[in-house]
Amino acid sequence: MIDRARNNDPSEPVPRLAPRTGRSASHTWVSRINWRGAASVAGFVLLWELLVRFGGGRFEGIPTLAEVLRAFGDKYLTNAQYWRSWIVSFERVGYGFVASQLLGIPLGILLGTRKIFHEVVYPVVELLRPIPPLAWVPLSILFWPTTELSIIFITFIGPFFIIVINVHDGVRNIRKEHLWLARSLGARPGYIFRRIILPSLIPSIAVGMTLGIAVTWNVVIAAEMIASDVGLGRLTWEGYVSHTATTVIVGMISIGLAGYLSTLAVTYAEKKLMPWRK
Amino acid sequence: MRMASAATQLASRASLSKEGSAGGCLTICDVGKTYDPDGTCVEALKGCSIEVKAGAFVAIVGPSGCGKTTLLNMIAGFDAVSSGEIYMDGRLIAAPDLPPQPGPDRVVVFQNGALFPWKTVLENVSYGPVRQKVLTRKQAKKKAIDLLRQCGGLDAVAGSYPAQLSSGMQRRVEVVRALINEPKVLLLDEPFRAMDTVSKTTMHQHLLEMYRICRKTIVFTTHDLDEAIYLADTIIVMTTRPGTIKHIIGVTLQRPRLPKMLFSHEYLELKRRAAESVHVEARKAFERGEREQA
Repeated sequence: MIDRARNNDPSEPVPRLAPRTGRSASHTWVSRINWRGAASVAGFVLLWELLVRFGGGRFEGIPTLAEVLRAFGDKYLTNAQYWRSWIVSFERVGYGFVASQLLGIPLGILLGTRKIFHEVVYPVVELLRPIPPLAWVPLSILFWPTTELSIIFITFIGPFFIIVINVHDGVRNIRKEHLWLARSLGARPGYIFRRIILPSLIPSIAVGMTLGIAVTWNVVIAAEMIASDVGLGRLTWEGYVSHTATTVIVGMISIGLAGYLSTLAVTYAEKKLMPWRK
Repeated sequence: MRMASAATQLASRASLSKEGSAGGCLTICDVGKTYDPDGTCVEALKGCSIEVKAGAFVAIVGPSGCGKTTLLNMIAGFDAVSSGEIYMDGRLIAAPDLPPQPGPDRVVVFQNGALFPWKTVLENVSYGPVRQKVLTRKQAKKKAIDLLRQCGGLDAVAGSYPAQLSSGMQRRVEVVRALINEPKVLLLDEPFRAMDTVSKTTMHQHLLEMYRICRKTIVFTTHDLDEAIYLADTIIVMTTRPGTIKHIIGVTLQRPRLPKMLFSHEYLELKRRAAESVHVEARKAFERGEREQA
């Protein structure tokens, strides 16, 4: 009989209590680099360079990577205004995103667990959900006293409905066996909510957050281009208005990096929330 | 008419068995279940009467959708009965006017597995006694480790999350999670359904070993006849929907059960009888295009 559970090694009599870690320590950092990926990025830069030099008419106005880097070094690296754009955009994303989660998660839970609440509120959610966040810009500017608040509001709208729908769906997919089992083993309703329903929802919340953070950056950049005088979106827009293509590309790369950093943060938070997922 | 008399007979026997000290005697009297989700009345179970003696190992077999899971859920107190009564050791645990009340004295192991994925094996197993405040967290963990060790060295994976284990090991952990509550009845709902034959055989040995140690009443549903004959003392064959009891077959094989018994004359004869009985129902269910209810 094959028995994988039995610990046959006599040198290890104590039960192993820590979760097993997957990767062995023998990997060095050199072997971990994705060389194919690195070659692909280099190829992309090369193609960009070649197109600008020999691509003719359409590519004439586009700077090469070297030009962009030079412009970045000369004009932005030590420019306080540029770094303030980063901070301002991150603040807007932070406020909008956090507010959307704080309001969206409880709303999703209520919609999933309360029948009458669902019947009353869900139609309104379904009515507002298809409206793109940017369609809220004019009304938002009219309604909120400051531009800052209206931009944060629009940034909030983007991920809000995503998290609501995901959590709502998550509540419906909670396994009834888990609820039954908790009850039969003596858990009370309050405990079941905190220790069975909430953990069951974490995967849905994680999906909602991953999808949400990407949308948040989309929305904040567009809102900044329309309504703000500071931020990474505004920087890019100013580059366009002043016919400075290097600025446009510095802005685009900055936005890409900012979005990537935010996704990393969300992924990290998810790993912390779900240690049981490998 | 015949059913009613059988029910009263069973009820009187139930009161007799109250004297039995070990506990875990189940008396199911004329139980029926109708579902009425959207006005279309569906009769899932009809007039089921079964008596399960304390410490007995009973297998319920029948075609897909015959109400095996429904019956088990009603015994467990997850689902209300529409008619009839269920007694455990003479105490009424289910009746039409009684709200379903699950308890740690009859724990279910579900067919798809229901370990809490966010808890480690140790936390899953020690969950029941801690919740019921029978033991402190520390005591419960110690008992859990002991029990896991007894059940084939599962203590080696105590710190793992369920997703890191094979499905066979998950199911064994689940049985341990049920056993730690010292239930009177263990309800197993097709626990080895999704397993390949080799793991299944291993699981059978583990289950028989656990049964030998603890001697709880076990009610087991399956549609695998070999499994039913090999494990149980009594096989209850159910008809297709509405589920009723068709045959009760006593298994005369000796315990401990050994794999070589699978080729004995006695075993084959039992299998022939059971197969004949189930086959007719299975064909009816198949022709109606019956679907799994679970």
